[in-house]
Amino acid sequence: MDVSNKLKSAYNELEGKSTNLSAFQHENWKTFSGMGIPALKHEEWKYVPVKKMFKEEMQFSVEQTSLDNSFIQSSLLPGTEDFNYIVFFNGRFQETLSVVKEKDALIIKSLETAAGDGDAEFVENNLGHSHAYHPDGVNALNGAFAAGGVFIKIKKGSLIAAPLMIYHFVDSSNGLQFAQPRILVNVEANAEVTIVETYINKGDGESLTNEVVEICTERDSVTRYIKLQNEGKLSNHAGTTHVRQLERSNTHAVTITLDGGVVRNNLNMVMEDEHAESHMYGLYLLKGNTLADNHTIVDNRMPHCESNELYKGIMDDQSIGVFNGKIFVRKDAQKTNAYQYNKNILIGEQASANTKPQLEIFADDVKCSHGCTIGKLDEDALFYLRARGISEKKAKALLLHAFASDILVQIENEVIKHHVETIISQRLSFEA
Amino acid sequence: MLKIENLQARIEEKEILKGINLDIKPGEVHAIMGPNGSGKSTLASVLAGREDYEVTGGSVDFLGKDLLELSPEDRAKEGLFLAFQYPVEIPGVSTTNFMKTALNEKRKYQGLDPLDAAQFLKLMKEKMKLVQIDQALLSRSLNEGFSGGEKKRNEIFQMAMLEPKLAILDETDSGLDIDALRIVANGVNQLRSKDNSFLVVTHYQRLLEYIVPDFVHVLYKGRIVKSGTKELALELEEKGYDFIKEEVDQAIA
Repeated sequence: MDVSNKLKSAYNELEGKSTNLSAFQHENWKTFSGMGIPALKHEEWKYVPVKKMFKEEMQFSVEQTSLDNSFIQSSLLPGTEDFNYIVFFNGRFQETLSVVKEKDALIIKSLETAAGDGDAEFVENNLGHSHAYHPDGVNALNGAFAAGGVFIKIKKGSLIAAPLMIYHFVDSSNGLQFAQPRILVNVEANAEVTIVETYINKGDGESLTNEVVEICTERDSVTRYIKLQNEGKLSNHAGTTHVRQLERSNTHAVTITLDGGVVRNNLNMVMEDEHAESHMYGLYLLKGNTLADNHTIVDNRMPHCESNELYKGIMDDQSIGVFNGKIFVRKDAQKTNAYQYNKNILIGEQASANTKPQLEIFADDVKCSHGCTIGKLDEDALFYLRARGISEKKAKALLLHAFASDILVQIENEVIKHHVETIISQRLSFEA
Repeated sequence: MLKIENLQARIEEKEILKGINLDIKPGEVHAIMGPNGSGKSTLASVLAGREDYEVTGGSVDFLGKDLLELSPEDRAKEGLFLAFQYPVEIPGVSTTNFMKTALNEKRKYQGLDPLDAAQFLKLMKEKMKLVQIDQALLSRSLNEGFSGGEKKRNEIFQMAMLEPKLAILDETDSGLDIDALRIVANGVNQLRSKDNSFLVVTHYQRLLEYIVPDFVHVLYKGRIVKSGTKELALELEEKGYDFIKEEVDQAIA
C-alpha cells in the first residue's frame, strides 16, 4: 500500500469516531487530497525533502499500544516532576496519563470535547486558523486527524507559575511511526503561562511528527512558548505554531533544535491588534546529517506592535541549517518596530547554512531592521584565548557556548534553562 | 630566557622577518622600536604562535625549549605572554570567567591544584589594583564595548594574573592618553623582577620614559639594524627614523 492509500485507510478508520469535529476533519481531508504533500520545488519547502519524510513503510497507529506511567515518569525533564504535564502518544492526546493540578485556572480536555461544550465557539473560530492563514497540504493532513488533539485554556487573569509541559511520545519499535498532534490554546485576557513542548521517540525506529499548534493570546496576556527538540537522527518533524495576538498581548517563543532527522518548524505571529509584542528566539545546534529549517512570520496588521527576533545556528559535520524570516508590515500598521537577526557558524567542513530574510513593508512610519551572517569561528578570538593558555578545544567550546548563550538566557524558567544548558554543554564539551 | 637566532618568517608570499637575532636574559627589559611596517608586530605574533605566519628559518629557544615547536597555548603555559596591540572583543565570555579558565589551565600544566572561587577572587582583587580596573568591567563580556585604554589595562591585568616569565607588550601604548599610559606603565613596573623579562614593542619613545628599558633595538625591513641602551630611544625620538633608514639603505646600496 502506498502512502496516500495508507493515509486514506487511516482516515477512513477514524472518520466515524469523531462527532464534533467530523466536518472539520472532512474538509481538511478534502484539502489534503487536493494539495497533497509539497514537492521540493515548492518555494516554501525548498530545502526540505518532504516526500522523503512520508515514506511507504509508515505506520499509522490510531490506537494506544504501549505507554505505561513509569516510562512517562522516567522521561519527565529533571526537576519538572511537579509541573503540570500533558501526554501525547503517537500523536494523540492521552487524557488519563496527563497530570493537571491547577484545575481552577487551567482547563485541559480533548479537542473533541471542547468542540461540543462551552468552548465550542472558540474552537469554531480558532481551529484551523493557521491553515486559513497559509493553506498547506501538510497542515491539512494534520487537520484531517484533529479529533485526537487537545484543547488548553488558561483562564482569565490566571497565572500558571510552573511551565505546562507537553510530552510527545512516539513508539517507533514496530517501524516508522507517524504522529499528528494537534493543540489548540486559549490564553484568556490577562492570563500568564509558559508552555514547553518536547518530543521523545520511544523506540529505535524512525518517526515522523506532523504537528499543528494554534494559540490565541487574548488582550494583556503573557505567553511563553518553548519548543525543545532533541529527538535523535531518526525522528523527522514538521510543525507549525501559529499565534494570533490580540491587544497588548505579549508572546515570547524559544525554539531549540539539538537533534533530529529533518526538522521543519514554522512559527507564525499574527499581530491582530494594537500594542501586541512578540519575541522570537531560536537556537539550532546541529551535527551529523540533521537538517533544521526554521520558517518564521511576523505579520503586523495593526499599529504600535513590536517584534524582536534572533535565531542562531551552529552546524557541525554535514548538517544543514535553514532560516527564513518574513516580516510583513501592513498598510495600517504604522509605528511598527520589527527587528530580525540570524547568525550562523559553520564548524563542519561539509556543513551549510541558508538564510533568507523577507521584509514586506506597506506602511511608511515604521522601524524595521534585519541582518544575517554565516561564518566560521572567529580566528582572532580563538587565537586570543589560546595565547592565554586555553587549549584549542576548550577555546572553541568557550566561543560556541558564548554564541549559544544569547539564546539560552531567553529561557526564563531556571529548571528548563538548566536542562537545555546541560545538553548544550555536553555537546560542546564545555565546562563552566 | 629567550634566544632568537636568525629568525625568518613570512605571511603568504611576503617575507617580513629576514633574520632576527636577540638574546633576552632574566630580569631584562628590551625595547623593540622601528618605523611602521618594519616587522615589530610580526615578531610579537610569531613569538606568541600566530599561525598566519610561516616561520621559514632560524630558531627560538625559550627557557631551554624549542618555542617554535609549541602550540600557542603551551607557550602561554610555559610562561610567555603577549599583550595584544588590538585586544579581541569576545561577546558572551566575561573577563572573570576567561581568566579563571586560563589561570587554572596553566596551574594544571604546572601540576598545581586549581584555585577555588574564593582564592581566585582574592587574587583578582589584588591584581585589579595594579591597573586600577573596576570589577564591573571584568564581569562584562571580554573587551566588548571597552574603551582603548580599558582594553590595554585589561591586557596588563591579565598579565598580572598569569605572572608570565616573559611578557611581550605589542604597542601597548598606541592610542593611550597620558593617564592611561602611566597606569599601564606603573602596572608593568610593579611586575618587574630579577626573574622575569619584558619585550616592549613600540613605535614611540614616550612609553620608555615610564618603562625604562635595559636595551633598545631598532627593527627595520625585517632586521635588527641597531642596538643600544635607552639613549638610543632618545636619539630616535629626536632624529626620527629617517637617519636609521638612510644608514641602512646606504649600506645595502
